[in-house]
Amino acid sequence: MTALAVRGLDKSFGGLRVTSDVTLAVEPGERRLIIGPNGAGKTTLFNLITGELRPDRGAITLFGDDITRMPGRRRAHLGVARTYQIITLFPNDTLLRNVTLSLLGLTRMRWNPFVRLDRQEALITRARDVLARVGLAHLAERPLGQTAYGERRRVEIAMALAQNPRVLLLDEPFAGLSIEERRDVLALVGGIPRDVTVVMIEHDMDVALDFAERITVLHFGEVVVEGTRAEVVAHPRTREIYLGE
Amino acid sequence: MKRLALAAALVVLATLPLWVSGTYYVNIASQILFYAIFALGVNVLAGYGGLVSLGHAGLFGIAAYTGAKILTSGHGHLVTDVGALAVTVLAAAVFAVLALRGTGLGFVMITVALGQIVWGVAYRWISLTNGDNGITITGRPSPFGLVLTTPRGFYWATLVVFLLALASMAIFVASPLGAAVRGTRDQPRRMNALGYHVWMIRFVAFLFSGFWTGVAGLLYLYYNQFVSPQAVALTASAEALLMVISGGTGTLLGPIVGAGLVVVIKNVASAYIERWNFVLGAIFVLIVVFMPDGLVPGVTRLARRAMAAVRRPAPAAVAAARGPVGR
Repeated sequence: MTALAVRGLDKSFGGLRVTSDVTLAVEPGERRLIIGPNGAGKTTLFNLITGELRPDRGAITLFGDDITRMPGRRRAHLGVARTYQIITLFPNDTLLRNVTLSLLGLTRMRWNPFVRLDRQEALITRARDVLARVGLAHLAERPLGQTAYGERRRVEIAMALAQNPRVLLLDEPFAGLSIEERRDVLALVGGIPRDVTVVMIEHDMDVALDFAERITVLHFGEVVVEGTRAEVVAHPRTREIYLGE
Repeated sequence: MKRLALAAALVVLATLPLWVSGTYYVNIASQILFYAIFALGVNVLAGYGGLVSLGHAGLFGIAAYTGAKILTSGHGHLVTDVGALAVTVLAAAVFAVLALRGTGLGFVMITVALGQIVWGVAYRWISLTNGDNGITITGRPSPFGLVLTTPRGFYWATLVVFLLALASMAIFVASPLGAAVRGTRDQPRRMNALGYHVWMIRFVAFLFSGFWTGVAGLLYLYYNQFVSPQAVALTASAEALLMVISGGTGTLLGPIVGAGLVVVIKNVASAYIERWNFVLGAIFVLIVVFMPDGLVPGVTRLARRAMAAVRRPAPAAVAAARGPVGR
């Protein structure tokens, strides 16, 4: 069964058609890369898949279930997790609290107004494990506002990984990172277990190409090319879009 | 250290009527306590939820007016209190459904409008609210046979309610739901993506805020034995918000300090200066300029800096100890 299927998806902002008849199917465990120039509609596609935006037309299914009209919060409970291109974390809280909030989001305890959150050892231990997975265990007690940009990028990924997603959407996880930091994040992303389906948006072709099995090229909201790494790189339309030939 | 300070504060508050001379000051202390409950209620939304309400005097007034109506129609205090609080929480639910269509300025404007509707009803629907003349009640409840008609008795009863309010706030803030409320303030998009029901979390916070605002409104009614449109006016909403902002939004102590500040200035300064509003305004300007995050966080920061300066020897002394270094 297809992990994530998008069929005939349309989305317009006023007269601007940002997603135009997009169809794609991602198999379970697949590593899919979505590339395209600025304004190609990559992040909008993520926003449609996670439910932050409603499509004008088309359908989205997750392991066969239609989630097109489902609120975003319920999609999280079904196993869709994402990271943001622009860091979207809780700046006043510690890294540990950030990840704890992510874990809490999928438990029924999130409605509990009586117990103390900082005494929920089981939850907090799991949060520490996730931080250790992204190599930030030593900064657990530090407020996010006092960490470096590269560290925050990894917290972004930790927030998504903490939820044990079935489908993980990474929106430019390498944006703004140095070469060494990119290598670290790539190793981190490469270490994600195979039962997680990963879709990644990335500008940096050099880093991203190694990661992907299949690549989708978006341009002006449309799928222009789709195929294996070799097919897409060799395709004349890719060269045209990326090199302006 | 923290526990010691808390215990000391409790002892001071509990024994206050015994060493403060004159009923006047005991009454002012009672006012501070019920306005502090009001401010704590506003703070749930303004501080932790990031939702600034300028219509909470409407809820405060609904509690006071409903209480007055039930009591003057001949019912007992238990029916009055339960009824008034139920109506207030219901009104808070209606307020929330309408106001939560927006956040930020949109939320502020809808709460202003709702507060003004309540004020309009209080002022103009004379057959219901007796208009500008207000409603007078007689008597205070006597739970467990306690006498609340004396200033001291009323103070102690208000203190108990205040401590309950404070405890419920402390528990709420530290709870998973409290963390979720703050999360919806800081990153609503992310909260939604993490599986939280952002609207429902804000709705619950609004009800919690409305409940304590209603409790404060009832105490106000029992204290004054009277309620008039003045209690529901926009300035009353603004005053509650100023208590929260001047004391420190999103802190437990801030709204209490802010309530103390406003009530004391209102009562004490007005005895000496006719234009006491001017004094209040000047103090707010000073707070905003020098401690933009409020008195409690501001003083805490100053104290921490002073402590650090005391622990560390003065720079001049360090230089002298090191002896002359070239240049």
